[in-house]
Amino acid sequence: MEDLKAIIETLLFASDVPLGVDRIRDIVGEAERADIVRVLADLRQEYGERRGGFELCEVASGWQFRTRPDLSPWIKKMKGLKPSMLSPAALETLAVIAYRQPVVKADIDRVRGVDVSGTLRGLLDKKLVRMLGRKDVPGKPIMYGTTRKFLEVFNLKDLSELPTLRELKELQE
Amino acid sequence: MGYEIKLDIFEGPLDLLLYLIRKNEIDIYNIPMAVITDQYLQHLEVMKSLNLDLAGEYLVMASTLVHIKSRMLLPTETDPEEDEEDPRADLVRQLLEYQAFKEAALNLDRRLLLGRDVFKREVQPELETLSGEEEELVEISVFELVEAFQRMAAGLPREEIMEIETEKLSLSDMINEIMEKLSEAKDLSFMDLLGESPTRKKIIYTLLALLELMKIRLVRAFQSGPFGPIRIFPAVEEWNGRSQGDH
Repeated sequence: MEDLKAIIETLLFASDVPLGVDRIRDIVGEAERADIVRVLADLRQEYGERRGGFELCEVASGWQFRTRPDLSPWIKKMKGLKPSMLSPAALETLAVIAYRQPVVKADIDRVRGVDVSGTLRGLLDKKLVRMLGRKDVPGKPIMYGTTRKFLEVFNLKDLSELPTLRELKELQE
Repeated sequence: MGYEIKLDIFEGPLDLLLYLIRKNEIDIYNIPMAVITDQYLQHLEVMKSLNLDLAGEYLVMASTLVHIKSRMLLPTETDPEEDEEDPRADLVRQLLEYQAFKEAALNLDRRLLLGRDVFKREVQPELETLSGEEEELVEISVFELVEAFQRMAAGLPREEIMEIETEKLSLSDMINEIMEKLSEAKDLSFMDLLGESPTRKKIIYTLLALLELMKIRLVRAFQSGPFGPIRIFPAVEEWNGRSQGDH
């Protein structure tokens, strides 16, 4: 079904956020899930073989066109971007939240050995982290977790794609 | 004895300790407390002398180190049969945990980050969503109402001429007027209630009447976001019938 391929391609092109199979199915209507998955795989292969300026990536439980990593210097030149976006402190705080969620601030403070109020606020502002609710303990502290945007920014299909802390340790040794 | 002092900004006391352990090639499970405590305190001194903003956490860790060091010097009085925990155990656990997350943070940073290594298309927001944004109503408190009043009052021209008015407004009249208007319109904004070119007095009475009505829960006020228009709704449905019956 050539039509389906063109429709999915056009949706991916126009969308601001990664499109999941379910979302595509909602829009397209009668198509089977399996067909959509197959078309997405086909498209990824086509763009991959073409070796053009961008490729189709699976990210945050969806699909999105993204530029090829090796071409990033050109984009940076065009945009005049600063190289780094997150400080080591922010990355550490984000790592604790990503691995320990749902987690309260006191636990993040304890793991990092510093008060994380400032970095936590920064991560909330950047929408990489969100409040998940309140923990049912005295004081009802707020629990934090990562967002869908976190998956998008860090190029993750889902949280399970993160290596476990044990795996990281083994890699290091 | 000269020590090499590193002055990069550490991410915290644990980071500094890990650095010292690595630098001295120390086994993390068997930390020589005397050496590490000395070096730690020296780093603190240098940081202090340079007026670096020394967070309280560094000082807490310093006291923890000194405490562990002193505990290790004391002979243990406990039963030798019983395995007493190493005074360093807690600290080691904390260091290992922190090290694991530090590695996890580095691993996150090594990924292909959106906006740094890879980029997506920037889709412009559609024209429609720009203009026809849906109003979302949130219940507001008396304070927002007072703020709205202040904005209105500030916008009035200050008249120099003093006027003695004979017409007397009463609060109960105003309350009745508001409920009457509400029963017809279902919901009204604060501005609607004031009508065209309201006097200072009218604004004050309207506000007081609204505050009274909110207090006795006959009306509820909602606002669509900060500084949005405040809308007044009747709180109870049967009021409609009653007020209509009154006339």
